[in-house]
Amino acid sequence: MSENNILVKLSSAGILKDNKWLVRDVDLEINKGQIVTLIGPNGSGKTTTAKIALGLYKNISGKVERFTKSISYVPQKVSIDWTLPLRVVDFMILTQDLKSNDIAYALNLTGVEHLTNSNLRDLSGGEFQRVLLARAIAKKPELLVLDEPVQGVDFNGEVALYSLIKTISETIKCGILLISHDLHVVMSATDYVVCLNGHVCCSGTPTDVAKNDHYRELFGDKSSQLLSIYEHNHDHVHSTDGNIVKEAK
Amino acid sequence: MLDDFLIRALVAGIGIALVAGPLGCFVVWRRLSFFGDTLAHSALLGVLLSISFEINISITIFVVSSLVALLLLRLEKTTYLAGDSLLGLISHSSLAIGLLILGFLSFIRFDIMGILFGDILSVNTNDLLVIWIGGALILFVLWFIWKPLFASTVNYDLAEAEGMKPERVNTIFTILLAALIAISIKMVGILLITGLLIIPTAMARNLSNNPRQMVILSIVGGLLSVFIGLYASFEINTSSGPSIVSVALILFILSLTRIEKKN
Repeated sequence: MSENNILVKLSSAGILKDNKWLVRDVDLEINKGQIVTLIGPNGSGKTTTAKIALGLYKNISGKVERFTKSISYVPQKVSIDWTLPLRVVDFMILTQDLKSNDIAYALNLTGVEHLTNSNLRDLSGGEFQRVLLARAIAKKPELLVLDEPVQGVDFNGEVALYSLIKTISETIKCGILLISHDLHVVMSATDYVVCLNGHVCCSGTPTDVAKNDHYRELFGDKSSQLLSIYEHNHDHVHSTDGNIVKEAK
Repeated sequence: MLDDFLIRALVAGIGIALVAGPLGCFVVWRRLSFFGDTLAHSALLGVLLSISFEINISITIFVVSSLVALLLLRLEKTTYLAGDSLLGLISHSSLAIGLLILGFLSFIRFDIMGILFGDILSVNTNDLLVIWIGGALILFVLWFIWKPLFASTVNYDLAEAEGMKPERVNTIFTILLAALIAISIKMVGILLITGLLIIPTAMARNLSNNPRQMVILSIVGGLLSVFIGLYASFEINTSSGPSIVSVALILFILSLTRIEKKN
């Protein structure tokens, strides 16, 4: 990759809080059109690493460089205070100015256009995730950071949303930093995997990582077989893909 | 003559309600009502300083309250106290120190009730200028930082990640709050200003389903409270601050019946 394709670069980045390393020595690079996925057990520093990449921490060790300002973020948790009446359409233009066409288009992509005028507090968990994702992709960012973007979404929806994420990275050529627990998805939709456990255990293409001993230790032997399951599944997911998208419309 | 001061009070009240509506919404959304109270209490120190050193009262209150606001933001980061304890600490100690100083200033004739609860008689043409020019400035700055401030109210991390600089706009917002307190103390008083900020807004919350509507309704609620409150204050000879806030409360209670219908 040439220099100007880099969107974010972390060089031995880490953060020390109350004398404990939340995460340390992370080297990471996200390029245009590339999906980088962070995996790891609970508390391994996935969200922390994403926040470091976004510049949300003041006192980090190491270095983080961002080469774009066009960033969209789907946080792991968003709770809307009940004192604030907020409709989906108000939320869509939270940090950006959008035409109503663009709003409708983005909501349609994630299958929640019918909720445009609903109050955010009335949505189910899965619907809310879809709105979060729609908001993030609506401005066509150069960098998209997705922290467990499909939590609470039903299985069919999950497959559709992941394939949507893949499509987005291809069509608008944005870089994506994805945090996910779904190993089967990670192994199929990702260009590069970083396996975290307080530090970078191993990283590489999905195929490389699945063969790595650290990865097997963390996720068990079965997880490396996911690769073969994935290779088997891939055609299947791909062929039903069209159907699901049709259903969503 | 009587009409004259009533009109002055009305003009002043309208100016304050126009500013208190939008600021009040953010105070409610961000759960800052106790914060507003603390700034208002610290305004007593400002009043006393201005009397002792004969400096402009609004400017002194603005400076003192802004300093207290910045101190609070700083302490929240550096101490282990919870936000509300910290606010209680600052709020009541500034009130105590203010009252102590007041004891030493016995040689000055001084209307403490007017400072605590507002005094419509004391509003002069100069005050009108301060309220309207100050209010216009506050609204202008608020309009300018509206988007980042609103985004960081909904979700701080998200706003920061997407380049909205939440820390900066939060600081600016607290200074705007101090400015509103500075221009409205004469009218509503130290103890009741938070009421004018949050009660019309609370009423608006009951009746609205989006942020813009809530801002507009809280301005309308504030204006109604000022109109009816001042009229009552004039007719039945009550203090202006308590009258305005009581009307706001009645409006809030009426809005409760409306929300029950909705459900």
